[in-house]
Amino acid sequence: MNILNLFVIIPVVTMAAILFTKDLRGARLVSAVGMGLQLIAAVVLIFSFFALRKAGDSAEFLFYSDVTWFESLNIHYAIGVDSIAVWMIGLASVVVFAGIFASWQMEYLSREFFISLILLATGVFGFFISLDLFTMFLFYEVAVIPMYLLIGIWGSGPKEYSAMKLTLMLMGGSALLIVGLLGLYFGSAQAGEVTFNLLELSRINFPVTMQRFFFPFLFVGFGILGALFPLHTWSPDGHASAPTAVSMLHAGVLMKLGGYGCFRVAMFLLPEAANEMAWIFLILTTISVVYGAFGAIWQKDLKYINAYSSVSHCGLVLFALLMMNQTAMDGAIIQMISHGLMTALFFALIGMIYSRTHTRNINEMGGLMKVMPFLAVAYMIAGFASLGLPGLSGFVAEMTVFIGSFQHQDLFHRVITIIATLSIVITAVYILRVVGKILLGELQNPEHQKLGDALWFEKLSLVLLILPIVAMGTLPLFLSNTILDALKPIVERLTAMI
Amino acid sequence: MSFQYTILILLIPLACFLINGLVGMKFKPLLSGILGTAGLGIIWLLSLFTAYTYFFQVGQVNGEFQKIVVINAEWLRFTDKLHIDMGILLDPISVMMLVVITTVSFMVHLYSIGYMHGERGFQRFYAFLALFTFSMLGLVVATNIFQMYVFWELVGVSSFLLIGFYYDRPSAVAASKKAFIVTRFADLGFLIGILVLSYFTGTFDFIALTGSDQSIFASGAAASFMGLSALTWAALLIFMGGAGKSAMFPLHIWLPDAMEGPTPVSALIHAATMVVAGVFLVARMFPVFFFQAPAALELVAYVGGFTSLFAAIIACTQFDIKRVLAFSTLSQIGYMMLALGVSGYGGHEGLGYMAALFHLFTHAMFKALLFLGAGSVIHAVHSNVMQEMGGLRKYLPVTHLTFLIACLTIAGVPFLSGFFSKDEILVAAWQSNKFLFAVEFLVAGITAFYMFRLYFNIFWGKEKTYAHPPHESPLTMTIPLVLLALGSIFAGYLPFSELISSDYKPFETTLHLSVAIPSVLIGLAGIGLAMLFYRRESTLPDRIAASLGSFYKVVLNKFYIDELYLFVTRKIIFNYISRPIAWFDRHIVDGTMNGIGWVTETSSQKIKGLQSGRISQYGFVFAIAAVGLALVFIYFIN
Amino acid sequence: MIEGIPMQHLLIVSLFMFFAGVCGFIIRKNMITILMSVELILNAVNINLLVFNKYLFPEQLQGHFFALFVMGIAAAEAAVAIALIINIYRRLNSINVEEVTEMKY
Repeated sequence: MNILNLFVIIPVVTMAAILFTKDLRGARLVSAVGMGLQLIAAVVLIFSFFALRKAGDSAEFLFYSDVTWFESLNIHYAIGVDSIAVWMIGLASVVVFAGIFASWQMEYLSREFFISLILLATGVFGFFISLDLFTMFLFYEVAVIPMYLLIGIWGSGPKEYSAMKLTLMLMGGSALLIVGLLGLYFGSAQAGEVTFNLLELSRINFPVTMQRFFFPFLFVGFGILGALFPLHTWSPDGHASAPTAVSMLHAGVLMKLGGYGCFRVAMFLLPEAANEMAWIFLILTTISVVYGAFGAIWQKDLKYINAYSSVSHCGLVLFALLMMNQTAMDGAIIQMISHGLMTALFFALIGMIYSRTHTRNINEMGGLMKVMPFLAVAYMIAGFASLGLPGLSGFVAEMTVFIGSFQHQDLFHRVITIIATLSIVITAVYILRVVGKILLGELQNPEHQKLGDALWFEKLSLVLLILPIVAMGTLPLFLSNTILDALKPIVERLTAMI
Repeated sequence: MSFQYTILILLIPLACFLINGLVGMKFKPLLSGILGTAGLGIIWLLSLFTAYTYFFQVGQVNGEFQKIVVINAEWLRFTDKLHIDMGILLDPISVMMLVVITTVSFMVHLYSIGYMHGERGFQRFYAFLALFTFSMLGLVVATNIFQMYVFWELVGVSSFLLIGFYYDRPSAVAASKKAFIVTRFADLGFLIGILVLSYFTGTFDFIALTGSDQSIFASGAAASFMGLSALTWAALLIFMGGAGKSAMFPLHIWLPDAMEGPTPVSALIHAATMVVAGVFLVARMFPVFFFQAPAALELVAYVGGFTSLFAAIIACTQFDIKRVLAFSTLSQIGYMMLALGVSGYGGHEGLGYMAALFHLFTHAMFKALLFLGAGSVIHAVHSNVMQEMGGLRKYLPVTHLTFLIACLTIAGVPFLSGFFSKDEILVAAWQSNKFLFAVEFLVAGITAFYMFRLYFNIFWGKEKTYAHPPHESPLTMTIPLVLLALGSIFAGYLPFSELISSDYKPFETTLHLSVAIPSVLIGLAGIGLAMLFYRRESTLPDRIAASLGSFYKVVLNKFYIDELYLFVTRKIIFNYISRPIAWFDRHIVDGTMNGIGWVTETSSQKIKGLQSGRISQYGFVFAIAAVGLALVFIYFIN
Repeated sequence: MIEGIPMQHLLIVSLFMFFAGVCGFIIRKNMITILMSVELILNAVNINLLVFNKYLFPEQLQGHFFALFVMGIAAAEAAVAIALIINIYRRLNSINVEEVTEMKY
């Protein structure tokens, strides 16, 4: 059997098994086991994938299989992965597994919580393995919709408002997306039978007028999930209200669906329109990058700071993708993985700090380094990764993006690259502001003296996220080279048009 | 002779960092101190051995020092031409830096066992020290400019961690933040410089960039932007990075505040090693500056000259002894930058280059000594402020003697090391730019004055009453003082020009009496003036300060540069950029989204009345509509 | 017997029945009468179905089938409607259709 099927089967079985548990203890145990298996499957996938590659299998997608699902409309369940998808699956399984441990003490409606969380994960995994745009879209929706329940029921603050806003804006994106997908689907009739299959679509050269019409639908549709300015405002509110594990998954993995879709579907299938319209979106993403960073300086709520920082970092992903050269796109993918891990780590930490201090306002905290050294050190590591310290993943990602973008022949692209590099200074400002305020200095609130440091499951969750960050930051060569290889056909298709 | 073992010079501090950082908390404090010190001792010996074999045995082939790439492993690949390698490049300047760094670092490690005794976080301190040493060593042996940037950032963060070592003091936290952000801002320039340089030359590699093949620069020299060639821009931006780390005006503001860190840290990072990274960077890229961007090199000279004067003037008015030393460091680094800036290339033309690195070497010794001496004083009287000191020569004999030697050295008293290196710089300046020579000549006098102001205020003057009677520091602290004092005395006798030169070919230098004698005289004049003012308690300095009036006040407040920065960051960036953006996001961007929601909701409120719940109304509308549709179909559609 | 009657006469009867039903449906307030009006409408339709079948396609039976079908539906509908009306009466003590506006908006 195809190993990729496991990524859908394991979560479904886990969800079914949770139904038979009685309380929090059972539900979290089952989830942890299920997602642990998922993580093992991901590791096995990574190894077997690169073993096959090494053995000389040079097909664009490995583990390809194709089952007809709905014959009259020619919809298939087609799956397959290239190394980008493999790394994204790896990222997702780490974040999901860490997320389970971050919600270890979810007392309220715990079974339902874990089921929704894993349903979300199913959508994410399904999205990354799909090669049929219809099933891809289906899994995308499966990933987005549980978000409403997770925020609306288990959230905090103005949770109904945030959940509604987030879901509506993402649904708006889906609406654009389905128009674009149908455009591709019916457009494919020119080459014979209509199809949703990515591989078959990629062999078709769509007429330019049609590309121009549908590219914005697809790009903006995915871009909303990737926090494309000015459609990013669901992100601060949504993240601030969401429970810890959901913020982790959402910022860590779900936002990556946007970036992934942007290049795998929108840019890959409609390359001429992508080349033509890139400048509009480049301006928007440059704004995102700088604006998100400046926006973060002024915030007081830890989650808002991180949400704006996500806007900035995810802006950089789309920015680099639109540069359309191999190095910059490589940087974009690394940035997706790096940001996924780092922001998951941030949200996990914020959740843990919040569960102790019951505040996320940075003015009400201070000197926490003394009372919770483990959490504080982890927070500093996350902060340093975020501001691009060498040895941690953020540096590798940002440098690849900047070097790649600056290699562009066009002066406009180089100038906006320089503008985008400004963000690394601003990032340093807000990260150090937070670190200085909440971790260092004198203990602000004497009540906090009594708080304890991280518990075992929290430590596990954090270490699980820190390890890949450090690994990526110290030994990035393999990761980067495999991504470069996988990008080759995409970049060739994109640049063949110029 | 193979230099493979030099990799240990990097790996041992890294291992010390990992051990002390991850499991150090489980150790007894002293154990981790000894571990770190032992590690440093080993790499100190290794570096000395490397230097010996390189300089005197195998480095020189056919009268030219070789660039030896010991190891070079690919770390990250961007394109076929651009890739970051991690490696070790041995050439005269990197080997010289290895010696400087490991020597000072070893002394500081040893010294800290005594100085930091009983401090909370002792293990953490040693972990950070090892991290810093590792990063700094990685920086100087970098084979390519991007590797240098990688370690450059790591050095920045270790400096941040060490300045903020006493993290529960708000002032230390603020200082560490300031240091990090200011240098980070400068590093942005460095990064953009690298981007520009690599775009035009297609390589990061130092050997290619500084080699004889100038064809790689052709496209960069041809492209111009705002009247300057692209390479000039690249050089200027790279110098901006160097200026940030080396605290050149106007990016100097972080260094005085960085004195919040423990004193051994100030000695290691903010006097001897990290702050000269900028000088090292310019020296490393010297052929690029000299041949491709002479305008940038000229700027280096003027920035260096200005900073040295500016900082020397401020140093005369400060009362915190560490701050005086910090401004003195600024001033001396200004000297080095100036020497690089006025240097030519090759043989005796390149005297400035040699002089800059020579001064870097001797400065590392005597400035580390000054800081460690100051640390010893602070350790004894528990204060940084010189008004609370006086007459300490009786209590701290070793510290007093070594401090005196260091002061004499920095003042350029003959036959101590500072005399030789400063003389070379002045000669180099004299040969190329008389104006800058005049500035430096003046600064030499001011330097002697403020150093002896410091010396007399601490060790002479009126004896103050102390809470605890001051006592000499323990052996672990005095031994490094004595060793560094020996270094300060004898470092000048190294045949430096035969080891280090801009074109890697040894040349001869001689003492230039016509420059040396006046400079010694002005130094002695400075010392004499200081003796007159401060040897005994007198009101003379106060009267002079009063007569200078507002000028004195401006200098005392460091020309209000800090206030200017605060104004720009707090007022302008926070209030006029960040805050409006946050507002804009909440109210305009998000407001549009909420507005869409509001429109939908309001319109549905308005039309919901149509669903009145009255069946008869529905039936009526239904019937009318059915008839209407029937009519439409019958009369219009057909 | 039916042969002598022209088709129009039958259709006019059904037309009157239909509009009587529509008027009743719109005007009357009593739910039972509304239900009766609905029956009138349905029966008018039934007449039409049978008439057209008889006069236009006498050899076919679809019209008859449809009429039977409508009658079946009408019976079922009446049963459901009466049950609803009884329940509404129990709850609101009224079968005035104007007062049953719980489910508006």
